[in-house]
Amino acid sequence: MKSLREMTKPHRLLIIALVLAAVVWCAEGLRWDWVGEYWASGVVLEGLTNTLWIWAISWGAGLFFAVWLGLAQAAGPWYLALPAKIYCSIIRGTPLLLQLWALYYGLGSLFPEFPWLRSSFLWPYLREAWPFAVVALTFSFAGYEGEVMRGAFLGVSRGQLEAARAFGVPRLTALRRIWFPQAFQRALPTVGNESVLLLKGTALVSTISVLDIFAVADQVRSDTFITYEPLLLLAVCYMVLTGVLVLVFRYIERMFPARVA
Amino acid sequence: MLDPIKNMFAPGGPFELLAFAPPGWGGNLLFGLLRSLEVAGGAYALALVIGILGAWGKLYGGELIRDLLQIYTIVVRAVPELVLILILYYAVPQAINSVLVASGHERIVPPPLMVGTIVLGLVIGAYMTEVLRGAIKAIPVGQMEAAKAYGMPAGLTAWRITLPLMTANAISGMANLWLIATKDTALLAVIGFGELTLSTRQAAGATKEHMTFFAAAALLYLIISILSGRIFAFAERWSRRGQAPLKRAAI
Repeated sequence: MKSLREMTKPHRLLIIALVLAAVVWCAEGLRWDWVGEYWASGVVLEGLTNTLWIWAISWGAGLFFAVWLGLAQAAGPWYLALPAKIYCSIIRGTPLLLQLWALYYGLGSLFPEFPWLRSSFLWPYLREAWPFAVVALTFSFAGYEGEVMRGAFLGVSRGQLEAARAFGVPRLTALRRIWFPQAFQRALPTVGNESVLLLKGTALVSTISVLDIFAVADQVRSDTFITYEPLLLLAVCYMVLTGVLVLVFRYIERMFPARVA
Repeated sequence: MLDPIKNMFAPGGPFELLAFAPPGWGGNLLFGLLRSLEVAGGAYALALVIGILGAWGKLYGGELIRDLLQIYTIVVRAVPELVLILILYYAVPQAINSVLVASGHERIVPPPLMVGTIVLGLVIGAYMTEVLRGAIKAIPVGQMEAAKAYGMPAGLTAWRITLPLMTANAISGMANLWLIATKDTALLAVIGFGELTLSTRQAAGATKEHMTFFAAAALLYLIISILSGRIFAFAERWSRRGQAPLKRAAI
């Protein structure tokens, strides 16, 4: 945090005054009467929770797959490295929106060809939109992080692993105790950035009719014909979420020792 | 020699839906791709201008400029592109019109291509600012001090020391941003701009052959990303000529 002295420099005071003026103008000059009604109906909170847990599941599952994708590319034999590389290139080379629509509309259009799906235990999930959203975001996050983890695994200095081999540490133990922790620490700043990107990516799930926070704002706009206000509030919402995420990652980064070999 | 390939796209062939001329939708997809590339190229050029000015302002500008730029990059990077695009899609034409009206011109309806380009350029410009700033900061201090010790003027230092050394650091980030630019054009589909993703969905919806068209579009995006990846990799190798290669670990 900046000190009080830093914040009270003349130009900062000017900026703060301008921002406050803008906030006051927004509060007075724009329409906010819809907020109370939508908050009371609970739809805002529902959208927010949907955004958050879709983010959380995709983050966890995506990172898990990413470690294996990265390891396969950094140390695997060619028959593991090649598919992992192709997977990462495809995910990173095509827009998330296209992946999402391909999964939802494309896969959905294939279901009628398999009548037994209707009676299977999977059907209640396949009928909904959110599983497609979670799967698409997980695949996407895994693809991006897989590439990051590959770089991180390769970035750990050779001497660390040679020392482990010299001490007769088994390969799997060396991976668990030496290679992975150092690689993960290296990857942390990037993972933090990509987590923010994933959060921003969750906004796309509203295009396949999942009720996330973006969909709520869109609904307000089409109900009330108000153009800017819901979008501005939505932007503030995402900025707060991103801010919290950045702070959490900064805290995690500081838990690791700053200097390693 | 090309006949077998042509026959695949002819009526009755496996890819008849992707044929170039109207019963097939290939022409629509390629036209969508062209529109995507137009927007991405324009936005990238705009982002480069914003990025160079922004990086320069952040590193050497006054305190007010630095703080304003900081607010710009933080806000743009914290809010989803989709939200920014929606806000700016209404705000940019309004801004253009208020400038036109103030200077005594008629109001216009700006073409969606222009609005999309400006919007994406503003978004990617924030990232470009950070990439270029980081690249300039990563130049070893000794290099700049050596230039100063030789009495090199500021302009010549920028041209002979900062630019070549910065390029090597910046290219991987710039390559990423170009790929982000091409992929973010897909977001314009949500506001009804007919680029590749929207053309794909229209074609898929009309023919009910979703998988064919989504796979074709994915292939087109992939070709773009692989080709540009090659070009940027070449550019990075070229800009790193003479530098020691990085060492790698292996278990």
